[in-house]
Amino acid sequence: MRDFYGTAIDTPLMLGTAQYPSPEIMERAFHASGASVATVSLRREAGQGQALWDVIRGLGVHVLPNTAGCHNAREAITTARMAREVFETNWIKLEVIGHADTLQPDPFGLLEAAEVLAAEGFEIFPYTTEDQILAQRLVDAGCRVLMPLGAPIGSGLGLNNRYGLKTLRAAFPDIPLVVDAGLGLPSHAAAAMELGYDAVLLNTAVAQAGDPVAMARAFGLAAQAGALATAADPMEPRDMAAPSTPVIGKAWL
Amino acid sequence: MADITVIGAGVAGLWAAWALSKAGLTARLIDRRGPPGPHGCSWWAGGMLAPFCEGAVAEPPIVTHGERAAAAWAEVTEVTRHGSLVVALERDRGELARFARRTQGHEQVSDALRDLEPGLPGPAEALFFAAESHLDPRRALADLVAALAARGVQIEQAETSPDDIAGPVIDARGMASPLPGLRGVRGEMATLRARDISLTRPVRLLHPRHPLYIVPRAGGHYMVGATQIESMDRRGISARSVLELLSAAYALDPRFGEAELVETGADLRPAFADNVPHLIRRGRVLHLNGLFRHGYLMAPALAQQAADYLTQGIKGDLFHED
Repeated sequence: MRDFYGTAIDTPLMLGTAQYPSPEIMERAFHASGASVATVSLRREAGQGQALWDVIRGLGVHVLPNTAGCHNAREAITTARMAREVFETNWIKLEVIGHADTLQPDPFGLLEAAEVLAAEGFEIFPYTTEDQILAQRLVDAGCRVLMPLGAPIGSGLGLNNRYGLKTLRAAFPDIPLVVDAGLGLPSHAAAAMELGYDAVLLNTAVAQAGDPVAMARAFGLAAQAGALATAADPMEPRDMAAPSTPVIGKAWL
Repeated sequence: MADITVIGAGVAGLWAAWALSKAGLTARLIDRRGPPGPHGCSWWAGGMLAPFCEGAVAEPPIVTHGERAAAAWAEVTEVTRHGSLVVALERDRGELARFARRTQGHEQVSDALRDLEPGLPGPAEALFFAAESHLDPRRALADLVAALAARGVQIEQAETSPDDIAGPVIDARGMASPLPGLRGVRGEMATLRARDISLTRPVRLLHPRHPLYIVPRAGGHYMVGATQIESMDRRGISARSVLELLSAAYALDPRFGEAELVETGADLRPAFADNVPHLIRRGRVLHLNGLFRHGYLMAPALAQQAADYLTQGIKGDLFHED
């Protein structure tokens, strides 16, 4: 498995820490899912929420701070610097939102912020579109992970552009790729892993499920199933039916 | 000398003193700031007694105990039993279906909605929770203080902690209590005065980003709230929250755009990791804490379990020993 800035993760699931019914349910969801990375937000949620932060630290997973809610490069850069101080990690999920309603990434602000932060030694996980040219620019800027969106944040629509995600995988065989945002069902996670992605990142689909703990487990299993399938070299789909039992040699009865 | 000393005169402490007094015990009630006021989070509550709606995300004890809250409160203050409404904007109708799946005690209303709330312009359909109710928190606190006074329990203003007191103590100090695992969850509210709007029951707006509730109060006042932020920040409401709350209110009924913004407030609600209130015995101190956003809904049940334990040794489902 590809590693993330030199850190190997045990399972291909990354989970967000917002919107759970209670911290206890969040903790149980993490354990049930086997997630190996927790994203945390510095804005509002973690403002001075020491108690929640203690719970997250107790999960025993890698912490990936994000710049959620930042609408321009400058805001994102400031938040990233603060996050490095607070969470004591160079990892940053870089999110620069371009549109308040659709929450689409702002590709230009993202690249600008990535260039600045890479120079400061940050290990950037950019929340990006599946656009290949932008991806190349981000890699040129120093990003060694790419996180294209499956669908708009919180929409639960799944993989909106399978072609784009597949192309990105083919174009960047050595860069760890994570489908971030838009997943609604475990089958979406499995599908992303079957495209050869290295991990999936989600929050709402688990936190806002009727039973977040059960849904977390389902996503954990699905992501691992997808990863196993990819490693097992799946068959190519074909139009011609192929009998799995040969006809020749069948007994005459 | 009193049988029990209660420290903290928020909704939990007042109810504890009330339940003890009714159980025949003499209680002393002490608060470092005196009677309830803006210094305590009970002051800023919405006053919805909505166990079924809360059940969409809360643990089962909130629903089962909460169902009896309205009857308990009706002994001391005015409770408006008009039910409550849950609505969603047209594009978020899926949210309404999801909420309906996860709650009990509701009926789907469309045409009947106009009879329930003739002034509500927006939504075509709603969930009506007929058995829910609401009260005015500040009036309820004052009524409870008066009811206690009638039984000879006065609130003493003094800085004290359980260590200073001999004999059994109930610690209902909320965030001031040094309990492990207790955290603050920030809530923010605004009060609007809109004389031309005439809602008679709480309305919840389901919104993927900015959920909102509006609770009618006397004199055309409406309490608007819903923010829930994992933060220990005790400062006033943020500009962002004002924008979000008021935009959501405006989306529900554009006439709120012309309303007078009378008051804003913010405070921390004490909560345990499961967001359920607990009764925790540590030696001779009984802690009543972690009422989270369910202070008015859960204080009567929590207080009753405290009284049952102290008078008969009964350990209810909210009781824990440390």
